[in-house]
Amino acid sequence: MSTTPQSPTAEEEGGGTRRSSPAPADGLGGRVPSLQPVAAKAAEQGARESAAARVRRRLSSTTASVIAIVIAALWTLPTAGLFISSFRPEQEIKTTGWWTMFTDPQLTLTNYREVLFSSSQGQLASYFVNSFVITVPSTVFVVLLAALAAYALAWVNFPGRDWLFLGIFALQIVPLQMSLVPLLRFFSQGVSIGDVQVLPAWDLPGAFAFTNVWVAHTIFGLPLGIFLLHNFVSQLPHSLFEAARVDGAGHGVLFRRVVLPLIVPALVSLAIFQFLWVWNDLLVALIFAGGDVSTAPLTVRLAELAGTRGNEWQRLTAGAFVSMVVPLIVFFTLQRYFVRGLLAGSVKG
Amino acid sequence: MGFSLVEELPKLVWLVIGVAGFLAVIGVLLFLVDAGPKKTRTEWWQAALFLSPALVLLILGLVYPVFRTTLLSFMDGRGTAWVGLDNYVRMFTQPQILVVLRNTFLWVLFGPVMATAIGLFYALLVDRRRFESVAKSLIFMPMAISFVGASIIWKFVYAYRPAEADQIGLLNQLIVWFGGEPRLWLLETPLNTLLLIVVLIWVQAGFAMVVLSAAIKAIPDDIIEAARIDGTSVWSHFRHITLPSVWPTLMVVLITISVQTLKVFDIVRTMTGGQYETSVIANEMYAQAFRYGELGMGSALAVFLFVLVIPLVIVQMRTNRRLREEQR
Repeated sequence: MSTTPQSPTAEEEGGGTRRSSPAPADGLGGRVPSLQPVAAKAAEQGARESAAARVRRRLSSTTASVIAIVIAALWTLPTAGLFISSFRPEQEIKTTGWWTMFTDPQLTLTNYREVLFSSSQGQLASYFVNSFVITVPSTVFVVLLAALAAYALAWVNFPGRDWLFLGIFALQIVPLQMSLVPLLRFFSQGVSIGDVQVLPAWDLPGAFAFTNVWVAHTIFGLPLGIFLLHNFVSQLPHSLFEAARVDGAGHGVLFRRVVLPLIVPALVSLAIFQFLWVWNDLLVALIFAGGDVSTAPLTVRLAELAGTRGNEWQRLTAGAFVSMVVPLIVFFTLQRYFVRGLLAGSVKG
Repeated sequence: MGFSLVEELPKLVWLVIGVAGFLAVIGVLLFLVDAGPKKTRTEWWQAALFLSPALVLLILGLVYPVFRTTLLSFMDGRGTAWVGLDNYVRMFTQPQILVVLRNTFLWVLFGPVMATAIGLFYALLVDRRRFESVAKSLIFMPMAISFVGASIIWKFVYAYRPAEADQIGLLNQLIVWFGGEPRLWLLETPLNTLLLIVVLIWVQAGFAMVVLSAAIKAIPDDIIEAARIDGTSVWSHFRHITLPSVWPTLMVVLITISVQTLKVFDIVRTMTGGQYETSVIANEMYAQAFRYGELGMGSALAVFLFVLVIPLVIVQMRTNRRLREEQR
């Protein structure tokens, strides 16, 4: 570790340098440790150091920087290579390495135009719309349903409340794979108890078929969503509720007017997670969205292109970036919330 | 025929209707909550309205399927006749599926440990440096990319051209520069499985780094200061101060990535489709249940996956809770 006085700027947003404290408190309180005193002392101590020791430290600090840069380059190079390639003409991509671009630059937007709009090349624009239509409702549904459930599990008075919460908490263990076959059967055959058909089969035509994927994603997102929001909601102060109840407000009003505005940061964290998860998902979409241009998302189409047209790099490179644009924008603009969510343990099981 | 906005319109309309309808239902629900009986000691009415949407979905979509899939795993391919433990016996004797189990073992053995180690190393390396936040963003970025996108990125790195032609894949080009022969990386067993694991490490190292970095920053300043005054070396500082302090977090990260690794599906499916002996449990489960129509076998694999995950998640939840209580 370097001893040179460090600027505390590293503590601001960035790559998630916040303390991993119990999620919600962190989100609101922002307990960022101050580096000021350490830096001051280190500087003072540095003055007392012998010149040789200082040189040694400076050297090891430089080595560390070099290693860090090498790793960062290693991590970025594969993406950069693909990105550069996506702008190279088909013939060039297929015959020379992307690094030749630096000596012989030839750039074009043809790959993007073709992969987005030509039906023989991928027609990814349609799949992009599908991804969007799948992701937005799946996110809204989970966030709101989880908020409702989390509120009830924290503040509505009924026996067995804690057991119910524990049960939902435990559902996080269940891998998706356990529920795929039976859930698909619900959609294709309906639900019947004994011989009585409770729910009819959902044989939804055209755009209505998106409903299956919405429901599936909502189900798979709920356990984690409820757990995360419960952490948050249950830590709101008691007094808040007592005051409102004295005024005669019911749970409905309380939830809408008092609780929802207060838990916005948590809602945003959950929404980002669910959004990225659904947008990037392949398995659920493969099974519940079908494989054609009317409902399948980008990931399904790309996986298919990678399998059947594995050497058509002009499509794959541009296509991969079409699918990455939205998550990258969400990620870089809302990185703080994303990191906060990560530290709160929101990794889907 | 290509892309036309008119054809996409119904989808967007259904999106708007779906979301608006949902919001309307929630609105009505919240209205009903307050319209019902008030000020009772047990608030059954309110609890039912708040919880029923989520509970119905969870029971239909998770609770019931767990039992159903478990039952199916004792049945034949079409889910009609009981076959006892047949599927499980086949799972541990059929060479094809034994390869799948071996691969999954390789994934869990290498993926989580490497990702966590790299994440920890990098977090320490850039800790409190001027370029910290940029450096972290670069490593963290793959987290935002889908596994499908990541697979395509790496497939391109592994791309092969015959020795006489120019290489287009970075890995083969490096080999050629160092005087070697280009190879078809994804066809060589078991090396191909290791190369697929690299993709997982590439994605998950960022996660490990961010969480561990937060833990490193949470080490109290006075401990660090005391160590500095004692003049401990970098290595002993790491061994006696950093490592013990972040140990619980390290465990959580390791287990979280292990669980993700056990369920890895997209990477295998996109890069090799499970061919050339690279299949893993999650991929095989999908293939058996949804492509070969072997519901019994697919379900048995799902149950096996579930059984592998359970102990990991229990340890994880315990460690997580302890961490939280400590910090409270």
